[in-house]
Amino acid sequence: MISNHPHAISIWFLIGLQFLIYGVLVFGAGIYDAYVPSGRDIQLADLHAAIWWGAIMFALGLFYTVRFRPRRES
Amino acid sequence: MSTLLFPLFAQEVAPAKPLLPLSAVDIIIIIIYFGFVIGIGFYLKKFTKTGEEFFMAGRDMTAWVAGLAFLSANLGALELLGWAGASYQYGILAVHWYWIGAVPAMLFLGLVMMPFYYICKTHSVPGYLALRYGQAASMLSAFSFAGMTVLMSGVNMFAMAKVMETVLGWDLNFSILVSSLTVAVYVALGGLLSAIFNEVLQFFLIWFGALLIPILGLIETGGWQGMVDRIHKNFPGGDYTHAWRTLGSFDDNPMGINWCGIVFGLGAILAMGYWTTDFLVVQRVLTAKDLRAAKMAPILGAAFKMFVPIIVILPGLLGLAVLPEKLVGENVAVAGQHTYNDVLPLMLARYCGPGLLGLGITALIAGFMSGMAGNVSAFTTVWTYDLYKPLFNPKGADSDFVTMGRWTTVLGVLISIGTAYLVMHAASIMDYVQALFSFFISPLFGTVLLGMLWKRGTPAGGFWGLLAGTIASIGMWAAVKYDHNNLQYIALSPHAKDMAENMFRSIWCFLATVIITVVVSLLTTPKKDAELHGLVMGLTPQPEEGSYPLIHRPIFWAGIIFAVFLLLNFIFW
Repeated sequence: MISNHPHAISIWFLIGLQFLIYGVLVFGAGIYDAYVPSGRDIQLADLHAAIWWGAIMFALGLFYTVRFRPRRES
Repeated sequence: MSTLLFPLFAQEVAPAKPLLPLSAVDIIIIIIYFGFVIGIGFYLKKFTKTGEEFFMAGRDMTAWVAGLAFLSANLGALELLGWAGASYQYGILAVHWYWIGAVPAMLFLGLVMMPFYYICKTHSVPGYLALRYGQAASMLSAFSFAGMTVLMSGVNMFAMAKVMETVLGWDLNFSILVSSLTVAVYVALGGLLSAIFNEVLQFFLIWFGALLIPILGLIETGGWQGMVDRIHKNFPGGDYTHAWRTLGSFDDNPMGINWCGIVFGLGAILAMGYWTTDFLVVQRVLTAKDLRAAKMAPILGAAFKMFVPIIVILPGLLGLAVLPEKLVGENVAVAGQHTYNDVLPLMLARYCGPGLLGLGITALIAGFMSGMAGNVSAFTTVWTYDLYKPLFNPKGADSDFVTMGRWTTVLGVLISIGTAYLVMHAASIMDYVQALFSFFISPLFGTVLLGMLWKRGTPAGGFWGLLAGTIASIGMWAAVKYDHNNLQYIALSPHAKDMAENMFRSIWCFLATVIITVVVSLLTTPKKDAELHGLVMGLTPQPEEGSYPLIHRPIFWAGIIFAVFLLLNFIFW
């Protein structure tokens, strides 16, 4: 049973890790797009949604990754 | 539940060029997703050695995990694309499939039905029927469920490939191959545990991939009132933003349905049948670690379900307000023209640049994959425990069933691939498969409900009631297929449209099931009380909840959620 297993990784940790990685990528893509626009016609592009959305995902991912990180049982 | 009601994408006309151009970072995001799900499958293999672990995820899930998986098993990409398209077509009427068509049923499952499923420790819904009514009713249910589930998985697979072709320009064969291989690997390795992990992951991906659309859409329109004003300007005379006001009669709304069909057909029968007896979703709740978690899981699911319209219905409404072109139905679209089902990808393309686009597409892919995995894992369990075990290997060891489960997963995926290619060459098959699935939902609800609440129900009554309800459903469907004018007799109105058929058909076949079950039961010998302990109300001791404070009791949260549900209906009346 995974939740009782001493070395099991929490599902919340995996979700946090994925959000952390995606947060970095989306944030980075947003920064890049702010300086080198993709050329596509995107509405409300001046709000730079990718930057703050990526930052939110990163922060959430960081919280879950730290909060539910695997710990070794003594 | 979209698959029960909408023939999606089968006849879709591919636009001249893909809707969404992906950048390198978008591709990386998609590749990372595939890496994650396969990695999770390999990681979880070591935790799924016994039958309980492989088929029931160890019955160790918290209420949160079981509840989110319960909801996610239904929150697939077809659901997102289909209902966003429906809200563009019908307006906020589509929200009924998320509110009255889900919330009461989920609360009913948690409070009333879950104790019986959980206490008898069944592996599946057909498994419950075997305990309650005997093998005949169980086999009928298991064969129909197993067959339809694996076919639906193929339909999902084809729909995904079709969407990827339309939206991204990907080759159909490539999409089918990659998705099926990935699902086969992670379900065969980690079983239901793996499917549940990925469903919870997908739940968050879908929210974060789709939530930006309504946020940015409302900013663009200047809020809700601004959106309503724009819709009125673009579509003068139409009422797209009131959920109940236009349901007085069949010809007052574009769905061609009235309040009676929505309340009794959708809310009381079809939704109850789907959310309480479709093993694909119920299986997730059966994995809960204790009875309180099992009761709380669907209640938590209901809480989240109420707010899914924010990422599904609202984008459709915003599409009515902001899209410069008018979308059309699948059957009238010509090459290059966008259809209702394209509204979500179009809104994604409207607001999302590099990175965000990859996130949105990953959310869709995750939805498709978990839909397939859900079907395959449910098929595997029903085949192994409800068909293979009683018919071919009643004395088999636990390890035999796990091995059978892993191979059945691969077999299920292969059958799904075959179905996908069958649908590719004969699109009408997709309509038939979806219709077939709907035949069994309402009769099964009647059979299970009577089984749980009425101890006089007999094995013969259960079997013949289920069979009669199913035949009645098929008969009504065939009658409308043969002559569309017959719809007026089923829906009791000459103004009724196709959507009303599903609702009223479900009412009649449910009644047929109940009447036949009662009549046959009264004419046949009932089971002894001792055989019904843990299966029927009055003979199943319910654990007390008195030791928990009010805030931790399922009934308390169900009451809160029901109050919010009523309030939302009142606000959007």
